[in-house]
Amino acid sequence: MAEAKIDSKVTVVALVENEPGVLNRIASLFRRRAFNIDSLTVGRTHRPHISRMTIRVEAGPEYARKIATNLQKLVNVIDVRIIDNEPHVERDLALIKVRNDDADSRNTITEICDRYPARIVDVGPKVAIIEMVGTEEIIEEFIELVRPIGIVEMIRTGVVSMGRGTRIHDTNFINRRALVEAAEKARSGNGRLV
Amino acid sequence: MKLKGSEIIMESLLREGVDVMFGYPGGAILPTYDAMSQYEDRLHHVLVRHEQGASHMADGYARATGKVGVCIATSGPGATNLVTGLATAMMDSSPIVAITGQVPIPAIGSDAFQETDVTGVTLPITKHNYLVTDVRELAYTIKEAFHIARTGRPGPVLVDVPKDVQNAEAEFIWPEAAIELPGYDPPSSARDYEIDAALRLIAEAERPIILAGHGIMMSGAMNELRELAERTQIPVSLTLLGKGAMPEEHPLVIGMMGMHGEASSNLAIQEADLLIALGMRFDDRVTGNLKTYAQNAKKIHIDIDRSEINKNVRADVGIAGDLKTVLTQLLPKLEGKSHQAWIGQIRDWLEDSSERDILNYETPGILLTAQVVNDIWKLTGGDAITVTDVGQHQMLEAQYYPHQRPSTLLTSGGLGTMGFGFPAAIGAKFGQPDEDIWAIVGDGGFQMTLCEMATAAQENVNVNIAIINNNFLGMVRQWQELFFEKRYQATPMVNPDFCKLADAYGIPNRCVTQRDEIEDAVRFAQSIDGPTLIEFVVEKEEMVYPMVPAGADLHDMKRRPKPGEA
Ligand SMILES: Cc1cc2nc3c(=O)[nH]c(=O)nc-3n(C[C@H](O)[C@H](O)[C@H](O)COP(=O)(O)OP(=O)(O)OC[C@H]3O[C@@H](n4cnc5c(N)ncnc54)[C@H](O)[C@@H]3O)c2cc1C
Ligand SMILES: Cc1ncc(C[n+]2csc(CCOP(=O)(O)OP(=O)(O)O)c2C)c(N)n1
Ligand SMILES: [Mg+2]
Repeated sequence: MAEAKIDSKVTVVALVENEPGVLNRIASLFRRRAFNIDSLTVGRTHRPHISRMTIRVEAGPEYARKIATNLQKLVNVIDVRIIDNEPHVERDLALIKVRNDDADSRNTITEICDRYPARIVDVGPKVAIIEMVGTEEIIEEFIELVRPIGIVEMIRTGVVSMGRGTRIHDTNFINRRALVEAAEKARSGNGRLV
Repeated sequence: MKLKGSEIIMESLLREGVDVMFGYPGGAILPTYDAMSQYEDRLHHVLVRHEQGASHMADGYARATGKVGVCIATSGPGATNLVTGLATAMMDSSPIVAITGQVPIPAIGSDAFQETDVTGVTLPITKHNYLVTDVRELAYTIKEAFHIARTGRPGPVLVDVPKDVQNAEAEFIWPEAAIELPGYDPPSSARDYEIDAALRLIAEAERPIILAGHGIMMSGAMNELRELAERTQIPVSLTLLGKGAMPEEHPLVIGMMGMHGEASSNLAIQEADLLIALGMRFDDRVTGNLKTYAQNAKKIHIDIDRSEINKNVRADVGIAGDLKTVLTQLLPKLEGKSHQAWIGQIRDWLEDSSERDILNYETPGILLTAQVVNDIWKLTGGDAITVTDVGQHQMLEAQYYPHQRPSTLLTSGGLGTMGFGFPAAIGAKFGQPDEDIWAIVGDGGFQMTLCEMATAAQENVNVNIAIINNNFLGMVRQWQELFFEKRYQATPMVNPDFCKLADAYGIPNRCVTQRDEIEDAVRFAQSIDGPTLIEFVVEKEEMVYPMVPAGADLHDMKRRPKPGEA
């Protein structure tokens, strides 16, 4: 087996049922194999019962398929795609609180933010908060530039990814509750079991 | 009609065709036990003596029938006692549904009396699990649980039902439509190009071998396997759980593979130029050192679980699909072949093995496990369902009891759970009441679940218990002999008098110390309609050969010395 490069990462996009415990099932799978999750984002989609995750895992590319097939085995996971090798758009968002208590730092911040997709979203007498959106790499680059000014606090959302083109990640899933409610309704209408 | 949650559970089990369930009551499941009384005539409840027993009984029932086995337990300690049985079923893909009581919803998370986060605990050892929080979803959830347990790669599913959900009322609506789950769609047939690729490898091969596993029986593909083997004259080696996939007396069957498999099978695998792996998962007990495993062979791997393909062994042609379906696609296009030289070579290896067969040795005055097993085989016409525990006796059963029919050897392979054998045999008897059932268990493992003798007696279950008593945790002792210079740390056992124990439970029994007593004892057991126990006092320091030490190359087997070689 090829040696896993420490810095190599696998990016997984998964459509999952929006149900309690799903995150746990997914996390458990990585924990079992001692893969470190670098970032994990979950959010709702345009479908009522579906969430979408982007997971960045520290693992060699030779594990990508194993990760995908094992995730796919989970009943609540509707679809999985490893997105690294296909054209895709990815975004990470960082909020960076930096020192802002002298003219020098204020100038530097404004100057750097002009050159990046970054905005100052809050300014106080001592600190300012910068919002920066971009790929992981560009955010990393940006952080290194503002680091000398003095980072006080920082948070990143983690990467979200979407494949380009028309191969769409979607489903018409209806959850159990909705099915039960539909069955009750149908039954009260015509008395038939559904 | 409105029903209570507890009644909905019963109605749903009936709809799923359940007629027996194995369980143990307690506070959080009491409403469901109360509802049982109305269903007694249709749903038989077997009171076990330890919930682990219930889980193994459900498992044994499932393995013997292919149907879903059901076990029930209360919250907290009742549910945690199921854990070993669930993990056992998970490893061997056995379909069971476990229903557990849970503390009422408002108390969940408060460290309430007998509260355990059971869905959390069992998450990695179930195929799927549920915490039901709304009585209206109960019927649907149970239907879904059975569907998931039984389809695709089967496995255990747990449904945790809080007490207030069992007490709450709802309209009982049984979902008649088939379950559709977007995230759950087990593969079925192969693509044409996959079939063609497999056919090409089969046509080109000169030294092919079929590795037949448990999946053959789960898929019901016994006839297809046989046709494949006969038409192409390809020898068939079986995994431990694959025993019965093809009659072992069939001339193309060359025995079990792996750690304690036939030398001829292992040598054939190492020499082969094509492995056709069907419904087996290349367990490390099967492959030994992966780096040197079947290096010259191309591999076709057919398995319903996509994640099994390329997991341990890289497949040249990997097909995710149901075996019966895929083989049915493949067979019409298959061309006949013969492999005389190859089969001749394997015959030579087989001959060498039979010279080393312990049954051909003179062993005056001592009783050997191999002899006991082989005599039971003869006396049962080779037609019993044997259920083993884990250890030396398990491997010797595999070697000396050839199975002719599918699902007639039930054994814990993947987890190797001591304590499995006896309760699983009870469960098997409920599933196959007309079969002759033999629990072949070690003196160590039997003591882990022997409390179920009370269950067998109370229910008058016609199982025959054969205790292979070597006064040792024999398999561990074997490792100590081979790898730890015979330092027998914690393996000798001072045992109870098993026959007196059986007496205490009212179970008729015999003790056998000589080979010529075996027949009488077996006939005695067969003549009684109810549980019986035979204690076989065997040689203490027997060895199981051949043996591929853990992690060694598959061809690097420790063999039994030939007579006179010692
Ligand atoms: C002490 C001890 C010693 C052992 N020594 C040996 C040994 O020497 N040799 C040996 O073989 N085993 C041995 N075992 C057992 C071993 O650990 C494994 O349990 C066993 O090899 C697994 O066999 P399997 O792969 O056929 O079955 P399983 O582990 O049950 O795997 C079955 C496979 O079939 C697939 N499947 C299920 N349904 C279908 C379907 N419809 N279509 C297609 N595929 C399907 C599943 O996805 C799975 O991959 C030993 C165990 C113990 C405890
Ligand atoms: C629950 C459990 N604990 C420990 C083991 C490790 N183990 C494997 S075989 C064995 C010895 C079994 O002894 P016995 O039941 O007497 O059978 P024998 O090998 O003597 O035939 C042990 C301890 C196991 N498989 N399962
Ligand atoms: Mg023993």
